[in-house]
Amino acid sequence: MRWAPKHIDEILLALWQHLLLVGSAMLIAFVISLFLGIFTARRPKLYAVVLSVTGMIFSIPGLALFALLIPLLGIGMLPAIVGLTAYALMILTRNIASGFHAIPPDVRDAALGMGYGKWRNLREVELPLALPFIITGLRIATTTLIGIATVAAYINAGGLGAIIFAGLDQRFPEKILIGGGLTSLLAIGADLLFLGLQRRLERRRSA
Amino acid sequence: MIFQAWQWVKDNPTLFWQAVQQHLLMCGLSLSIALIIAVPIGVLVANSPRMAFIASSITGTLRTIPSLAILAAVMPFMGIGLLPSVIALVVLAIPPILLNTCTSIQAIDADTLSAATGMGFTPRQITTRIVLPLAAPGILAGCKTAAVQVIGGAALASFIGGGGLGDFVTTGIAIMDMSRLLVGAIPIILLAIGTEVLFFALGRVFFPSVEKSS
Repeated sequence: MRWAPKHIDEILLALWQHLLLVGSAMLIAFVISLFLGIFTARRPKLYAVVLSVTGMIFSIPGLALFALLIPLLGIGMLPAIVGLTAYALMILTRNIASGFHAIPPDVRDAALGMGYGKWRNLREVELPLALPFIITGLRIATTTLIGIATVAAYINAGGLGAIIFAGLDQRFPEKILIGGGLTSLLAIGADLLFLGLQRRLERRRSA
Repeated sequence: MIFQAWQWVKDNPTLFWQAVQQHLLMCGLSLSIALIIAVPIGVLVANSPRMAFIASSITGTLRTIPSLAILAAVMPFMGIGLLPSVIALVVLAIPPILLNTCTSIQAIDADTLSAATGMGFTPRQITTRIVLPLAAPGILAGCKTAAVQVIGGAALASFIGGGGLGDFVTTGIAIMDMSRLLVGAIPIILLAIGTEVLFFALGRVFFPSVEKSS
């Protein structure tokens, strides 16, 4: 451990870039998936199509997807965010739609019968009921993206992956350890954060 | 650009097919090794809740480590080449297979097992004739997740000298030759999607009664 204490700034910058990459991709993916999930939840055929297309994107290896985006978007943060967003779509859409699938039809009928409009029903009845599923989706997608984002460093997007690649190029195990270790800590942290959120939600419900 | 990539493949068929072979060898070898290691451990561990908990926490932690870091971490110990890449990919493939084996064995109805014991099955017979066939769909699902992971990881093996199709991608990026990049990226994508389809078909053929849940 000789390199790390002298380069805290560099490490913090990489950490910040990593958070920025994953955070903005998650935000964009969440908005798209919310639309896709809600829209397709009651249309089984369309849902199957959306899920197989996003599933296919999800199975594309990170390096290949980022490489494919280079001719279209060049290198840097933009193609990285686009690629990461595409990865998150499948997980988020699937979980949001299953949240809506899990709502008992009676509840919807009751809300509609009480004179709730479509939007009010969505906002005050359906979304709160689907929330646990949505949070699970956010949790899985965030931890997955944190891992994949390391590869984005190869197309100059920065982040913790840049430290790993530097370690590879210079045969410097400490950098590999720091880059990889911080990435997993970040993933574990995100996992715990969403789990805590979920637990708080459940407690408030049961109280 | 795609035409140029196709032209390159036609001009350099030996280079291209060597890379494809290396890629497939790497994926197949590491998946088989992972299967041989993970399934027996899963069977052993599933019987005791404490062991299962320990195994699932270890594999859970292992899963948070990005593929790139696992591949990179092998290099300082084992150098570069095919062998270190395969070892890293095995590490990558074990968690999903192990977890799925374990959970699908635990999900087996206890009545089924006591019925088998009552009929005079030995523990060994129970494992081979009851437990494994019942857990097979779950194990297959684990293999599918592992295969997707391994194929993605194999593309990254190029960084530690493992060769394969990833080499074309890294060369393409290094010399900013988009067509070369596609020579690597398109087969990798086809391979990934092909694997997905293959496992879907395997599930359909061998376990037609099992509802597809994932």
